[in-house]
Amino acid sequence: MSTPLSIDALLIAACAWLAVGLCGLAAPRNTRFISKILFPLGALVGMLVGLTALAALGGPAQTAVLAIGLPDLPFHLRLDKLSALFALLLGFAAAGISIFAAGYFREGEGTAPGVLCLEYHAFLASMLMVLLADDAYAFMVAWETMALSSFFLVTTNHQHAEIRRAGFLYLLIAHIGAIAILLSFGVMTGGAGDYSFAGMRAQELSPFWASAAFLLALAGFGAKAGLVPLHVWLPEAHPAAPSPVSAMMSGVMLKTAIYGLLRVSFDLLHTTIWWWGVVALGVGLVTALFGVLYSTVQSDMKRLLAYSSIENIGLIAVGIGLTLIFHAYRMESLAALAMTAVLYHCLAHSAFKSLLFLCTGSVLHSTKERSLGKLGGLIHRMPWVAWLALAGVIASAGLPPLSGFVSEWLLLQSFLFSPGLPHPWLNMVVPVAAALVVLVAALAGFAMVKFYGIIFLGQMREPGLKDAHDAGNWEKAGLAWLALITLLLGILPSTVILRIDAATRQLLGTGLADKLHEQGWWMLAPISPERASYEPMIFLVTIASTLLLGRWLVRYLYHGRVRRTTAWDCGYYFQGPRAQDTAEGFSQPIRRIFEPMFRMLRHFPTARDTAPHYSVKVEDHFWYWLYLPLARLAARLSTLIATLQGGRIAVYLMYSFITLLVLLLVARP
Amino acid sequence: MISISGLLGQAFAILLALALAPLLSGWVGQCRAWLQSRSAPPLLQPYYMLQKLFHKDVVLAHGASSLFRVAPFVVFGCMVLACAIIPTLSTDLPLAPAADALALVGVFGLARIFISLAAMDVGTSFGSLGGRREMLIGFLAEPALLMVIFTLAMIAQSTSVATIVETLAHRELVIYPSLAFAGIAFTFVSFAENARVPVDNPATHLELTMIHEAMILEYSGRHLALLEWAASLKLYAYSCLGLALFFPWGIAPGDSFLALVAAIPLLLFKLSIGGFLLAVIETISAKMRIFRAPEFLGTAFMLAVLGLLVRLLLEARV
Repeated sequence: MSTPLSIDALLIAACAWLAVGLCGLAAPRNTRFISKILFPLGALVGMLVGLTALAALGGPAQTAVLAIGLPDLPFHLRLDKLSALFALLLGFAAAGISIFAAGYFREGEGTAPGVLCLEYHAFLASMLMVLLADDAYAFMVAWETMALSSFFLVTTNHQHAEIRRAGFLYLLIAHIGAIAILLSFGVMTGGAGDYSFAGMRAQELSPFWASAAFLLALAGFGAKAGLVPLHVWLPEAHPAAPSPVSAMMSGVMLKTAIYGLLRVSFDLLHTTIWWWGVVALGVGLVTALFGVLYSTVQSDMKRLLAYSSIENIGLIAVGIGLTLIFHAYRMESLAALAMTAVLYHCLAHSAFKSLLFLCTGSVLHSTKERSLGKLGGLIHRMPWVAWLALAGVIASAGLPPLSGFVSEWLLLQSFLFSPGLPHPWLNMVVPVAAALVVLVAALAGFAMVKFYGIIFLGQMREPGLKDAHDAGNWEKAGLAWLALITLLLGILPSTVILRIDAATRQLLGTGLADKLHEQGWWMLAPISPERASYEPMIFLVTIASTLLLGRWLVRYLYHGRVRRTTAWDCGYYFQGPRAQDTAEGFSQPIRRIFEPMFRMLRHFPTARDTAPHYSVKVEDHFWYWLYLPLARLAARLSTLIATLQGGRIAVYLMYSFITLLVLLLVARP
Repeated sequence: MISISGLLGQAFAILLALALAPLLSGWVGQCRAWLQSRSAPPLLQPYYMLQKLFHKDVVLAHGASSLFRVAPFVVFGCMVLACAIIPTLSTDLPLAPAADALALVGVFGLARIFISLAAMDVGTSFGSLGGRREMLIGFLAEPALLMVIFTLAMIAQSTSVATIVETLAHRELVIYPSLAFAGIAFTFVSFAENARVPVDNPATHLELTMIHEAMILEYSGRHLALLEWAASLKLYAYSCLGLALFFPWGIAPGDSFLALVAAIPLLLFKLSIGGFLLAVIETISAKMRIFRAPEFLGTAFMLAVLGLLVRLLLEARV
C-alpha cells in the first residue's frame, strides 16, 4: 500500500487528532462523551497512523509543502524511513494508551475533561509533526507545541503546589533544550540562511563547526530525553502527570528526542568524528547507571519508573555512541548492528514502559496510593493488571524471551566487535564498558523485582487495599495491546528487524537484512549462525513445553492435591504485613554498596526510643552540585542588576543618555 | 541440517542431565560429609528426597497467589533449557542455536526473577529477605560472568557455546593466560550463583544467613521437589559449562556414536573430580557475611576484566 499518499494520510491523521481534541471543547464537562467516544476515536487514528507508517517503511521518501505559517516560509514536510519508523512507534503506542485513557479519565481530574482531551490530542498531533518536519522552522514550531501541550498535561492537577513546581521545572529544561537545538540548527545552516533540512545536508561544515552542532544537538535533545545532568525534570514531571500522560511522555515523547538526535547526527551532519561517539557513549553509560541506581531506591512507583526511563535512554545513548564510533571508522556493517539495537530498544521501550506506567495508573485509581510502602498483595485483587504488568517487568529487566532482551543482546553483540577498532586504547576500553551495560541490566532486574514484588505480591500493607478492584475493560484492552506488542517484539526479532532495516539502511547505507533473509524467520543471527544466534520462539516453546509436560507428568504420576494453611516462616508467630520488606528495606543493599552515589537524609532510632522511627530520604546529587548553585548564581545576578532599578526617573533618563553616548562613540560610520 | 542422530543426542543430553543432576548433588554432599568426618548420607539421597516430596501434598500458605504455583515450573523449565544448550557429551545440539552464551545468562536471569518474585509472594519476612539477597548476588555476579563470556567469545570469535567449545577443544596446544583468569573468575561466580559456601550455605536453616533456602521456605510437596531438582540442575549446568569451557577435551565434535559413548565415562570422571573439589573448597572456607559478597564478586569481576585485557593486550589479534 505504499502509494505516494502516505504523507497525506499522516497529515490528515494529525488534523483528525486536532479535530478530536477540538470536539472535546464542544462539551468540556461531558466526561462520558469524551472518554467513551473521543478517546477511542483518537486510538483509532493512532492505529491508522501506525499502519500507514508501516506501509511507508517499505516505500520511497515523500515530501509535501504546507502553505501555513509565515508568508514565504511554508512548512516543508518529508516522510522518509526514519520518520516512518518513529511514526509507527507513535501510532501503535498511542493506540494502546488512548484506549486505556478511555477507561482512565472517568471522573474529572483537575482540568476539565474537554480541555484535557484537547491538550492530549494536540500533544499527539505535534509529536507527529515533529517527525514529519523537514525544515528547522516547522520542526521548532512542532517541538514547542509538543513541549507546551505536555506542560499543560503535566499540570493537569494544578491545584497542588508541587505539581505546579514540577511543571515549571519541566518547562524550564525543555526551553533550555530548545535553545540548544535552535543554535544547533543555526550552526548547521553554515551561514547560508537556508533553514530547510535539505539545505543543511548540502552544507560542508568544518570539523569544528560540525562538532559544535553535534554537541549542541546532544545537549538539546538530551534535555528532552533525560540525559544526565539534564534529567532532573523526569522524576518530577512523571509522578505529577496523570498516568496515560506519563506513559505517553516516557514511551513516546522521549523517543522524539532520540529521533532528533539520530536525524542530526546521521542525516544532517554527514561527517562523523570518532570522539562524538565516545562522548555519547560516556554520557549514556553515566545516565544508565545513574538512572538505574536511583530507580532501585525510590519509594514512589512512578518515580521508580521515571528513573528507569532515564536508564533506558542511557542505554539508547550508549548504542548511539557505539554506532557513531563504528560509523566514524567506516565499519558500516557493525554500525548497522548497533543502530539496529538502538532502534529496537526505542520500539521495545515505548511498549513496555507505557505498559508499566499504565499499570501504575490502574493501581493508583484503584487504591488512591502511589507510595510503594502502602501497597502490596494486589495480584489477588487485580489479577489482570498484575499478569500484564509481569510482561512489562520481564521486558524491562531485559530478560528473554520478551522485547527488552533482544535490543540488549544486539547491543552486547556489537560491543563484542569493538576490539576490531583501529584505535590504540578505544578498542580496550569499550569492551569493558559492556560490563557496565550488564551491571545496569542486572540492576534493572533488581528494580523491577522491587516494583512488582512490593506492589503486587506479598500481604496487603494497608487494610484499605481489600477494596481494590481490577481495571475496567477499556483499561484492560489498552494494557493487553501493549503487552502483545512487547511479546511480539520479543519473539519475532527477525521479522521486526527486517522492517527496521529500511531506516538503518537510510542512515548508514547498509543494514542487516541480507544476513537475516538467508535464515528462517524464527532465528536471529545478525552476523552468522556460527558466530551468534538467538531463537526466542524455540526458547519460549522449550520452556513452555517443559512447564506443561512437567505439570502433566507430576499430576499423572503422583497427584495434584493442595492444602491451604498459614505460612511457615521458620515458625515465627508474628506474620503481619509489617514483617515484610518495605520499599526502603528492599533497596538497603544498594544504598549500602553504592553509598557515595546518593545523598541521603537518614534518621536512625536509638535503642531507648519508645516510638522508634526510621526514615530515609534519597536525594539527587545534581541538585546540590549543579542546579542549586546555578539558581543561587542567577538570584545573585538578578539582585545585582536590580540595584540599577532605583525607581527614579531622573536616573533612568541618565541611563538612556549614557547608552546613547556610548552608541554614538562605538557605532561611528 | 538437523539430523535424527542430533535430535536423539539432544534428547539423550536432556535426560542425562535430569538423571545425573541429583546424583551430582548427592556426590558433593557425600564428599562434604567425609571431609567433615561425618557419616555420609547415601549417594542416592537426593532421589529419595525427590520421590518423597513428589508424594507429599502441597501445603500452600493462605496468601500464596497463582504466581507462587507457576514459578517452580518456570524455574525448572529454564534449567532444563540451560542444560539442553550446554554441550555435555557432544557439540551437535539442535537446540543450541536457540540461545548463545549471552542468552544463557538471560535464562538464568529469568529463573532468578521468578524465584525471587515467588519468594516475595507469601509476604513473610524471610521470603522478601531471600528475594532481595538473591537479586543482590545476581546483579553482582552477572557482570563478572559476562566478562568471562566476553573473553572466551573473543578467543573463539563467537558467542555460541558450541562453537566456543569446539574452538577450545580442537586448538593446537596454545596456552592462553587469559583463560586462567577467566577460569578463576568463573569459579567464583559459580559459587555465588549456586548458593555454595563462601556466599551461601545450602545446608543451613539459620535464619539470618540464608539466601536460597529463605526463598524456598514456603514451598512444599511437588513444588519443593521441582525447585530442589532445578537447583541441582543449575549446579550440573554450571559444572558442565565450566568443564566445557575450560576442560573441553573429550566432548564429541559431531554425531559420531563412538565418540558419544566414549564421552560419557569421561564426563562422569570430570564431574566427580569437580564435585570433590567443590566439596573441598566448601569445607575449607567459611561462610561470609552478606556484605562481604560484593568484595568476593568484585574480585571475580576484576579477574575477569584482567583476563579480557590480557586477551586484548598480549594475545594475538584476530
